[in-house]
Amino acid sequence: MTRHRGRGIASINYPIGMNLGGDPSQALVHSNPSGKFTVALSSIDLGQGMKSVTRQICAETLGVPVEDVYVDTADSDTGPHCMGSFASRGTHRVGNAVMAAAREARGVMMEAAAEELEVNAADLETDGRGNIHVKGAPHRSISTKDVAIAAQFKQGKTISGRGIFLVPLSNVDPETGEMSPATCYAHACMVAEVEVDDETGEVAMVRMDSAYELGRALNPRLVEQQLVGGAWMGVSHALYETPEPYYPDPSHGPRDFVEYLMPGPGDICPHDIAVLERPAPDGPFGAKGPGEMCANPVLPAVANAIFNAVGVRIDDLPITPEKVLRAIKAQGGARPQARR
Amino acid sequence: MAKTALQFRHNGRDVAIFVDGGTNLLVALRELIGDMTPKFGCGQGGCGACSVLVDGELHLSCLTLAETVAGRSVETLDGIKDGPNLHPLQRAFADNFAAQCGYCTPGMLMAAKALLDRNPSPSRDEVVEAISGNICRCTGYEPIINAVLAAASGGRARA
Repeated sequence: MTRHRGRGIASINYPIGMNLGGDPSQALVHSNPSGKFTVALSSIDLGQGMKSVTRQICAETLGVPVEDVYVDTADSDTGPHCMGSFASRGTHRVGNAVMAAAREARGVMMEAAAEELEVNAADLETDGRGNIHVKGAPHRSISTKDVAIAAQFKQGKTISGRGIFLVPLSNVDPETGEMSPATCYAHACMVAEVEVDDETGEVAMVRMDSAYELGRALNPRLVEQQLVGGAWMGVSHALYETPEPYYPDPSHGPRDFVEYLMPGPGDICPHDIAVLERPAPDGPFGAKGPGEMCANPVLPAVANAIFNAVGVRIDDLPITPEKVLRAIKAQGGARPQARR
Repeated sequence: MAKTALQFRHNGRDVAIFVDGGTNLLVALRELIGDMTPKFGCGQGGCGACSVLVDGELHLSCLTLAETVAGRSVETLDGIKDGPNLHPLQRAFADNFAAQCGYCTPGMLMAAKALLDRNPSPSRDEVVEAISGNICRCTGYEPIINAVLAAASGGRARA
């Protein structure tokens, strides 16, 4: 029995969002008489941080503290329409919609403040701490709370805004096959190192080194969280999990978490991540999105690393010990490739 | 079928319920007592989301017959914070971004608490071992391991 080390590399170019009949998301922003703002979305946060990021985007656009913004994603029956949280589209599509809505709401807020301070709205600015004042004269100031109260009870105005961001459908040119399915692309590169046991066919992860280019990281800790966790979903796709049966009869397929394998805490390895920020011209504050693509480079990198380790090329996922062992036997033993 | 009277301590309070024969502890806690912190994941001991402590020992509540905890002390995530103050493990999980969707988190926290209660300064390997019965889909485990080490006194020194 020998354990063979191998190293594989993969690079990916990932389109942000999708192109099936157009890709829109909507957002509504309104203030409450307390001076706090609510962002209404139907977009779902499954833990990736959509609520945190849209909260930041809204606060920054309105010019108010992030504590004063609440994001409500409760109900897709009553909220404004969203295509969904997939294809790494959340930050880009929903973020842009929130920005548009917050811009409109800010316009009304500044008009209401101008009326209270008896000045022109164009002469006002926000301080980001909950106040609006005359440019160059910070003492001529009113709090966003007092503006909200005045708008509600005196002026009869709703401080609110609507936002939609739509990437229209791009049709395929019948002559050339050309199309523009996405407006921006994220990129990733990974080097995966594995150890393959030529007696059992088992593949163990040794380490991963990766670089991700995802526009501006609006919340670097959330980005890191996505990349660390997403890479292990990629490993899981590469080596462990499948809803497809291993044998022709589906009754032998995995039915539960005991048979549907996923990596456990003991299977993980060191992963060094570099985040590169190249702001996207059409992204909210330059953001693209780290979502789905953080799992994608792992699969080809692992498959390449297995080839490098024992010389077998498996193109059918997941790369189970059985497949590795059969392939090694078929070629008459492990054939480690040159290491670079 | 006749129900059985069952008394035990739940997070420091005495509780009394009537259970059908065969009722598992997870159902008793969630449906009869209303403590929703232990989660139903797989119902067969494969995921660890339902983990609770019985007399300080880690148990999978989905595989524990409710009647077996009669007269014993059951601790769930609902009982580990001190009034409004989070338990140091909860604080560390938040600080280390150790939760995303959050479904595995109650089980992870109870498994970690069982470890730190008997071993206040575990090594990294001991932390991995302690949470090895718990599956997490989102985090890749690394932030969870780091959070447990951060919560443990002197844990980093031995890592």
